[in-house]
Amino acid sequence: MANEGSEGTTENCVFLCHSLALLCGRRKWSGMTRPRTLYEKIWDAHVVEQRPDGTALIFIDRHLVHEVTSPQAFAGLRASGRTVRRPDLTLAVPDHNVQTTARLDAAGNKLPIADPESAAQLAALEKNAPEYGIRYIDAVAPEQGIVHVVGPEQGFSLPGTTIVCGDSHTACHGGIGALAFGIGTSEVEHVLATQTLLLQPAKTMEVRVEGDVGPGVSAKDIILHITGVIGAAGGTGHVIEYTGSAIRALSVEGRLTVSNMAIEGGARAGLIAPDETTFAYIRGRPYAPKGADWDAAVAWWKSLATDPGATYDKVVIIDAADIAPSVTWGTSPEDVVPITGLVPDPESFTDPSKQAAAAKSLAYMGLEPGMRMQDVPVENIFIGSCTNSRIEDLRAAAAVIKGRRKAANVRWAIVVPGSGLVKAQAEAEGLDRIFTDAGLEWREPGCSACLAMNPDKVPAGERCASTSNRNFVGRQGPGSRTHLVSPAMAAAAAVTGKLTDVRELLA
Amino acid sequence: MKRLENVEGRAIPLGLKNVDTDVIIPAHWLKTTSREGMGRGAFETLRADPDNLFDSAEYKGAPILIAGDNFGCGSSREHAAWAIGDLGIRVVIAPSYSDIFSGNAVKNGILPVVLPQAAIDRLMEVAKTDPVHVDLDTQTVTTPFQDRFTFEIDPFRKMCLLEGLDEISLTEKSDAAIAAYEQKLDADHPWLRPAA
Ligand code: SF4
Repeated sequence: MANEGSEGTTENCVFLCHSLALLCGRRKWSGMTRPRTLYEKIWDAHVVEQRPDGTALIFIDRHLVHEVTSPQAFAGLRASGRTVRRPDLTLAVPDHNVQTTARLDAAGNKLPIADPESAAQLAALEKNAPEYGIRYIDAVAPEQGIVHVVGPEQGFSLPGTTIVCGDSHTACHGGIGALAFGIGTSEVEHVLATQTLLLQPAKTMEVRVEGDVGPGVSAKDIILHITGVIGAAGGTGHVIEYTGSAIRALSVEGRLTVSNMAIEGGARAGLIAPDETTFAYIRGRPYAPKGADWDAAVAWWKSLATDPGATYDKVVIIDAADIAPSVTWGTSPEDVVPITGLVPDPESFTDPSKQAAAAKSLAYMGLEPGMRMQDVPVENIFIGSCTNSRIEDLRAAAAVIKGRRKAANVRWAIVVPGSGLVKAQAEAEGLDRIFTDAGLEWREPGCSACLAMNPDKVPAGERCASTSNRNFVGRQGPGSRTHLVSPAMAAAAAVTGKLTDVRELLA
Repeated sequence: MKRLENVEGRAIPLGLKNVDTDVIIPAHWLKTTSREGMGRGAFETLRADPDNLFDSAEYKGAPILIAGDNFGCGSSREHAAWAIGDLGIRVVIAPSYSDIFSGNAVKNGILPVVLPQAAIDRLMEVAKTDPVHVDLDTQTVTTPFQDRFTFEIDPFRKMCLLEGLDEISLTEKSDAAIAAYEQKLDADHPWLRPAA
């Protein structure tokens, strides 16, 4: 496809979006017949203009917009008198700030959001989207949800496309084989105005997971384990392609979970080659191609798989049999141990800076070296976020909860479906009743306690077994202590009141 | 974007290392809808101290900030650059920056000058009593005491700052190429347009 204007005039060549640190990895193409990786094929297909310094103007097929990172971008457009170049390729939905309690009163009127700043961000999106002709899913629409859940669910996110959003977990869409990454507000404005970004090609990294995972081990455990192995900076400057039989065996929902956390391993984007599983998932979704278009699309998607003989800059091979239900102990997503493991001794790390970081993490987390992870009590449970709020996640959690009760020491346990459609599906299956009968709260869709911009917060000093993706200091509220786990593991913690090996409850 | 060529004025001798984006602009300021006014939240925790440098009679509105290593580390929030800019700062001088911060700074018309620690130490001294002069064209920082430090800057960033060019205007020069790409896309992959 288009690869034109390569020798262009450009005095304006060297400008890199530094926040788009798809750095390094300058490769010299020796013609297009060289075997290429999935990433390279998507990249090549999106080059609008090649610059002599190795950067390229890349076309953006899909732009997802939410209320937090867009207001200033729209303000910038307005100030410069620009318009949105391709409103048809843009989809806006509020998710970060929305309340997860009722949004409508008994009479069907919208209930106000208490926090005036959150309300202002939502109001700005509600006004900006129609003003610029952008598709908008309102906070009370049945399809509303977390932007990264909504995109694939609506068939708006497609394989082989470039997808951006002002949110670092845009990597999620790599689960269907899209090159998807988060951007800053200036880039949001740039994409709105030009439908392109100036990027430097990334290096490629293959993370191959071979074999079968054991019972009770989910996609979340796979990605937590990977993050523990490669480290939080292991993928820096790379786009990670997840391959191998354990990845192939995952549903699309599981693949979205894996790719979602590519960023926790330092990579800007993750990718999983689209296959029959992907096509079956996308077919028939509202914005997905139809009829003859569908066949043409599938033919192209099939051509994207990494060629035999293509090489990656870095390869990591993981044996699926080594992956246990996993949990984080610290404040970096690389701080992963099997649930059967112990809180590590900071001294056990060879790198002195990691020793210091681990000691600090343990102090923050209120943990002692050598403690059994299974002895750590939790007072809060959060099942939700773009990592784990799709229907399969809720089914997995419900399967553990069913017929059991929330432990007495669990003060707050919420289940936040990823979208209105997930919520409706779960209710049709009776999952909501399973949760509420067990004493968990069933909420409206949104980001919620993943980043605690809305009222859903974990109190200072308290622990949360959370299915989200970041265990940073204060992420779930100032002073909050996060243990990242899978939905089944969060459910297990809800019923026992401590971090628990879900396999014991499944037995 | 505001052009930047010569900046002369008082320099806030902050000097701290690892000033992260939470220090520059605390997270609760992310809940805004405008780039303007963010200066009120800039360095909020430091400015909670009534004797802070930023609000002192001497340095209020100063156009230059001197800091230590790894300035702007932490999150990617562009609000950090907006906050600094809104405070009236046009130049930051430090031994090193986080990549993302220096990129965001340039995009917002702020010059991140990199100088070795020895030069920083000297400028911190001068800044206590006298103004500092930064000339982007000649890539020098000078003082009334004949100090003269030269710094490196990526030529493209320099041009953008000198001419006040923003990235969108630059990309707009490629409008024909974008239009051609879109046409080809419609022909080759008509299914890419989302169903209505
Ligand atoms: S759920 Fe969390 S990680 Fe996902 S988009 Fe929302 S805030 Fe970001």
